[in-house]
Amino acid sequence: MAPALPSRTYTLPAPLQLDGGQVLEGASIAFETYGELAADKGNAILICHALTGDQYVASDHPVTGKPGWWERTVGPGKPIDTDRFHVICANVIGGCMGSTGPASIAGDGQPYAMRFPVITIRDMVRAQVALLDGLGIERLHAVVGGSMGGMQALSLAANFPGRCDRVLAIATTARHSAQNIAFHEVGRQAVMADPDWQGGNYYGSGRAPDKGLSVARMAAHITYLSESGLTEKFGRNLQDRDAKTFGFDADFQVESYLRYQGSGFTQRFDANSYLYITRAMDYFDLAEEHGGKLAEAFAASTARFCLVSFDSDWLYPTAESRHIVHALNAAGAAVSFVELSAPHGHDSFLLDVSALDRVMKGFVG
Amino acid sequence: MSLRPDLAVIADHVRPSTRALDIGCGDGALMAALVAKGCDARGMEIDPELVERCVARGLSVVQGDADRDLADYPDKAFDYAILSQTLQTAARPDRMLDELLRVGRQAFVSFPNFAHWRMRAALALGGRMPVTRHLPVSWYETQNIHHVTVADFRDLIAAMGVKCERAWFFSGNRAIGPAAANLRAEHAVFELSR
Repeated sequence: MAPALPSRTYTLPAPLQLDGGQVLEGASIAFETYGELAADKGNAILICHALTGDQYVASDHPVTGKPGWWERTVGPGKPIDTDRFHVICANVIGGCMGSTGPASIAGDGQPYAMRFPVITIRDMVRAQVALLDGLGIERLHAVVGGSMGGMQALSLAANFPGRCDRVLAIATTARHSAQNIAFHEVGRQAVMADPDWQGGNYYGSGRAPDKGLSVARMAAHITYLSESGLTEKFGRNLQDRDAKTFGFDADFQVESYLRYQGSGFTQRFDANSYLYITRAMDYFDLAEEHGGKLAEAFAASTARFCLVSFDSDWLYPTAESRHIVHALNAAGAAVSFVELSAPHGHDSFLLDVSALDRVMKGFVG
Repeated sequence: MSLRPDLAVIADHVRPSTRALDIGCGDGALMAALVAKGCDARGMEIDPELVERCVARGLSVVQGDADRDLADYPDKAFDYAILSQTLQTAARPDRMLDELLRVGRQAFVSFPNFAHWRMRAALALGGRMPVTRHLPVSWYETQNIHHVTVADFRDLIAAMGVKCERAWFFSGNRAIGPAAANLRAEHAVFELSR
């Protein structure tokens, strides 16, 4: 880890006060921008990335060389049109693509590793808002995010109600369920059970918990897909062979696919960042932050909201979005909600779903 | 694009700059007219493709089932609750009216009149469930599960203690007077309050 990053970075001028009670000094945020910022700075859209995403929303990833994770959505003439809007996408605090995270060097010249403070979604949002301050952007035209990005979008609307006009939260939730936490715990235990994890102090040791991180990614990846999508794509088809081997090779295509997803992930992601970011998601409970009532979270917001869920998403099912819509209605907020039909499960927000394009384009304006 | 006559009447009689909830808002035609009058218009629609079209028009519409999801809205959240051509699809029209007048201070309700003479003739002479331009679907595939007449509706609101503020009647796209409306009107619009 620690590739040469072409991103711009912004070092926060003030210490970042964290929900956990600690303070992060001199934190840096790496970010990318697309499209021109208008003279009145009124056309800025903040896009928040998901768990393993990064700031390269619409430009090639410097490590993998692959196109940006929302290349199909963000660009000239696309649903989020960079001919009209100035798009900002920052790597979250705790991440590993240039923002301060566990792989960053602490004050004593050594990597933070597990000394990095535990962060929350709200902490990530505080850092995003500090970046907006640094860029002189008072009010966003919109904040947009899917999955963990949607949590950040909702958190920004709740905690900084004057900072955005539109909130588009896709395939997300206002709090992590026990099932969500359980899946994340499997991933974290896989990382920490890898002997190469070394209590988190693997930086510079020549060994990293790639096997554990790969297993974590494989388990998580299953939750991003739908059973029908997996069946349609792979079924029980065998991989490069005509018969079962009666062994533990990747006989099935789905096994081979997951192994590929897992190993590819370790090249671009830091295992400790995975621990910290999944923890932040698990701690997320927007109602709890506002006296236990979700409607209270949105009481001061003047933004228009749009929630989108997918019928095949079992990680953040439609009921989670409806729960948020209910709270927004109770708070008197202008809210739209639609459950879109798509076969790809939770990952639908990243894939070719033309109805999502139309909703985004219409809502963002 | 001109509004359907019942929607045009409603659009004309919603006061400007009020808050309105259009239940079963379809593609958002009425909401767009209300927004143009400075209203804060919200919609509810069960069909995701229609919701998507509303959102793409910049309207605030929640995908939902009026029978179940009206309960999500606080009391008197709106100046008007509007139910156009949807009452006859409700599981319990009486409960739906209660909900309308709970979330809205006033309500507009429009519905096709099953006692229109052409309906009566089709059933009396043809012996078949009528299929007309306002009830265009055969009995076995229609969403309309509670056919209602102008007289039935008046009885229901009287029994519920709901006040009829105004009523409008139409034959085709033409407004007609209230005389013998139960026989002559193809559809009706009522403005209600508690």
